[in-house]
Amino acid sequence: MVSDSTSIHAVLGLTDAEYDRICELLAREPNHLELAMYAVMWSEHCSYKSSRRHLARLPTEAPCVLVGPGENAGVVDVGDGIAVAVRIESHNHPSAIEPYQGAATGVGGILRDIFTMGARPIALADPLRVGPLDEPRSNWIAEGIVSGISGYGNSVGVPTVAGEFVSCETYRDNPLVNVAALGIMPTERLVLGRATEVGSAAVLMGASTGRDGIGGVSVLASAGFDEADDDSTKRPSVQVGDPFEEKRLIEACLELLEAGLVSGIQDLGGAGLTCAASETASRGGTGMEVDVSVVPLRQHGMEPFEIMTSESQERMLAIVSSANVDQVLEICSRWEVSATVVGRVTGDGMLRVRDGVDGAVLAEVPASTLHDDAPSYDRPMRPPADLAVRRSVDPAADLAADSLPVSSPGDCAADLLAMLADPSWVYRQYDHQLFLNTVVGPGRDATLLRLRDPRNGTPTGRGLAVSVDGNHRWCDADPRRGTAMVVIEAALNLACVGADPLALVNCLNFGNPTHPEVMWQLSEAIDGMAEACVALDVPVVGGNVSLYNETNGTNISPTPVVCLIGVHPDLARRPIADTLPPGTALMLLAPPGSALGDEADGCASSLGAVALGGSRWAWERRGCRDGALPDLDLAASVAAAQFVAAAVREGAVWCAHDVSDGGIAVAIAEMCCHGGAGVHARIPSLGGPAPAERALFAEPPGRILVAVEAHDVERLAHAASAAGLASRRLGSFGGSRVQIGRLAEPGLDIDVALDDTLARWSGALPQSFAGPVDGEAA
Amino acid sequence: MSAAMNVPMNVSVGVVQFPGTNCDLDTLDALAELGARTTLLRSDESSLGGVEAVVIPGGFAHGDYLRTGAIARFSPIMDAVTSFAGAGGPVVGICNGFQVLTEAGLLPGALRPNAGLSFLCQPQQLIMASVDHVLGYGLSPSEELSIPINHFEGNYVCDGATLQRLRANGQVVMRYVDNPNGSVDDIAGICNESGNVVGLMPHPERATSELLGSTDGRKLLEALLYAAADARQAASHHAA
Repeated sequence: MVSDSTSIHAVLGLTDAEYDRICELLAREPNHLELAMYAVMWSEHCSYKSSRRHLARLPTEAPCVLVGPGENAGVVDVGDGIAVAVRIESHNHPSAIEPYQGAATGVGGILRDIFTMGARPIALADPLRVGPLDEPRSNWIAEGIVSGISGYGNSVGVPTVAGEFVSCETYRDNPLVNVAALGIMPTERLVLGRATEVGSAAVLMGASTGRDGIGGVSVLASAGFDEADDDSTKRPSVQVGDPFEEKRLIEACLELLEAGLVSGIQDLGGAGLTCAASETASRGGTGMEVDVSVVPLRQHGMEPFEIMTSESQERMLAIVSSANVDQVLEICSRWEVSATVVGRVTGDGMLRVRDGVDGAVLAEVPASTLHDDAPSYDRPMRPPADLAVRRSVDPAADLAADSLPVSSPGDCAADLLAMLADPSWVYRQYDHQLFLNTVVGPGRDATLLRLRDPRNGTPTGRGLAVSVDGNHRWCDADPRRGTAMVVIEAALNLACVGADPLALVNCLNFGNPTHPEVMWQLSEAIDGMAEACVALDVPVVGGNVSLYNETNGTNISPTPVVCLIGVHPDLARRPIADTLPPGTALMLLAPPGSALGDEADGCASSLGAVALGGSRWAWERRGCRDGALPDLDLAASVAAAQFVAAAVREGAVWCAHDVSDGGIAVAIAEMCCHGGAGVHARIPSLGGPAPAERALFAEPPGRILVAVEAHDVERLAHAASAAGLASRRLGSFGGSRVQIGRLAEPGLDIDVALDDTLARWSGALPQSFAGPVDGEAA
Repeated sequence: MSAAMNVPMNVSVGVVQFPGTNCDLDTLDALAELGARTTLLRSDESSLGGVEAVVIPGGFAHGDYLRTGAIARFSPIMDAVTSFAGAGGPVVGICNGFQVLTEAGLLPGALRPNAGLSFLCQPQQLIMASVDHVLGYGLSPSEELSIPINHFEGNYVCDGATLQRLRANGQVVMRYVDNPNGSVDDIAGICNESGNVVGLMPHPERATSELLGSTDGRKLLEALLYAAADARQAASHHAA
């Protein structure tokens, strides 16, 4: 049992050294309330104490950046006086405990970050990662997460337009629920969460405060799971969401901001009122007094520490000049949003918690110490000892020799079909069309939205593109190059809908930062991201770090996820054809030096170019997580993205699709499924050693497939060559079979009926969620 | 674009907004683009302000708490909508609006959760079953339309006698091709006996632009504007 404050700090997640530092800052011992406030604000989740010094290496500046990292959301200028706010967050641990509410409240939280800046949320994106779907618990978690996003996002009235759905055993006990949101506003409306005017009122808006989510950031988000934990002990730390409350809160806040009645506004997310009050005060260089006795409560008998750290959802703190308070309360009342003056801005820099307006002081700490004095650790890091050995493995070696996890080794068609899955089972549960902006919806390379003027709804004629991407297999093989490849893939995805990249936010999902290998992964990933962003000339405008994604001491594969936004300059027509007419040519565009010909061309490439390490085929079909990643030519990949974006905009191609997980075979088959056409294709042998799997399933970066009118092939090849890219016609769409062979090899490696391909593609996810057949059916 | 030129101009359409409605602005946009004069009608208002047609748009009125449409039907605006409908005024409920109209007793039957128990947002093929109602002008029976659906509770149900009556009176407005939600008789939309009140699950406002994938929804919204103009003319004849 806990008997004194020196052990309470440990229970709250603070180290002895951190406790000593608090005593030093206060020049006394903290009381329990103060200790609870430091514990949530100095948690990993709020303070980024393990990652801060590494994040500083990311490029964050560009002419378009209006607000960079550190605020509620990044904001970029997209022209025409329009600003786009973008933010990504994780809700991993709550979703592991209670999938529906965990995912639902993630949506609610990210939306508040967007409208806090003054922007109307226009889109959500949900990159999801779950365990094997044939295991009942993972299946339940996955279904709950998707239902939670559907239930909350649809009802709150913001379309979910993009996402990812990845299943892998690394996420068995620790799913990753990342959520990104975009909002638009007139540039002049940009609001920052600051309390600058002494004497202003602090108005708490929205839901009442309950015991849900007490210590969510410290209990849940900043520690891993282990077997000693009973999930039920952590369930009270998961918040419960109410999308109807949030919908009214959005409308009320946007009206207040539009009317210029609030000088600063901040959502109550992680660490609740403590965080909102201290952040607005310390950013504004002021202090704040909070009276806990007037906070509307959901339960009787709540302690001050519960009120100050509760993470009850759908709450905002608005900073309002005293002259405007009545008007603010009136607008809130019209939207049926509860609003209460709970504090006032002071000039002394202290966050003071009182019981009654001039009542007893329950806590009194310098507001800035909760943020600026949070610890920052240079944690030890080192690469795994077996790194070199692991990277020397060739997953395609001895294909016939050992026992494989699949029933049909060497059957390339079976490998292909097993790696096809149409994600529409997920996204059709999300309203992805609200606001009438969705030109290219979820399920394609990137989403493309109409960009409309937020002042009057008039279309600008331009488009806003978004892609969310991660690849844990690449980052497991090589966190640095793997992360750079993820960023490049996001840019290629935007290119496929004709957009150029503008800005990026990241969600860094990693394991336990006290493990030196994990810190090494994090540091390497940040360097890889920085390199790719510099090559693309794209700033990082915000991010989120989710650590302690581990169970029983086993860390997840490193999973940095990026949300890249871009602009399409002239949206005169849909940039993607829905069907592919027979005879349409299939072309491959790739960085120069890629071996696109057969061996007779004399451009045989090194094994490095076609390495299978980190490929989906190696992991899922070979059960092999070792091996080296293929080479990455950043400059050439950027050139490929620019070339394809321009070609798509000019209407020079029917559609484009980047080659990503599953390699060229999966990419070709996906084009067939989308276009409703068969194909006959001869792909480059890639010059490396056989077998066929290397040519079919390797994932070298920077390659894009395009469907193009047969008579345009030559013109496009010339243009590609002028842009410094290699290109080759691989075959034609048409017919009722998906046929893929290699150049210079007789016969076909894959020959399956289009109908079978479509059935597998569209049936994969529904079958995974159909549940076990119960023998009781009459 | 040329089609819009023939649509009666200046028809005044009110779009109802309950707390939790979220397709209100999209519906206003789509109607305004067709030349309608649009008004947002808040659910706590008790007058329609002289509009010539009413649309109850999609969304989650009152958070769908208790049951879809169950709280919304008690809003002051619904008394005005009921009187307007009783006097023959054109009233269309889209998705959640359809649910509100059944709860309010302006249309028979009810909408249950989808048979697959999951929300469905997808393009949907439809076949017009009758054109003798306020969304029928300019369309032909058995005309095929592609209009998105976006609902969790779209599984239309009614008793056998009601179904027979709906069929016999031509009150089935449209049916699904490949029934996505388990609706009885593939019903996607119905009307009342006089044809001036229509409820449908598909979202015509989401199918008004080539850029967004379909323009079939324009046909239905244009038909509503014709119906409202006709009602205006009939009323003025009556007055004269």
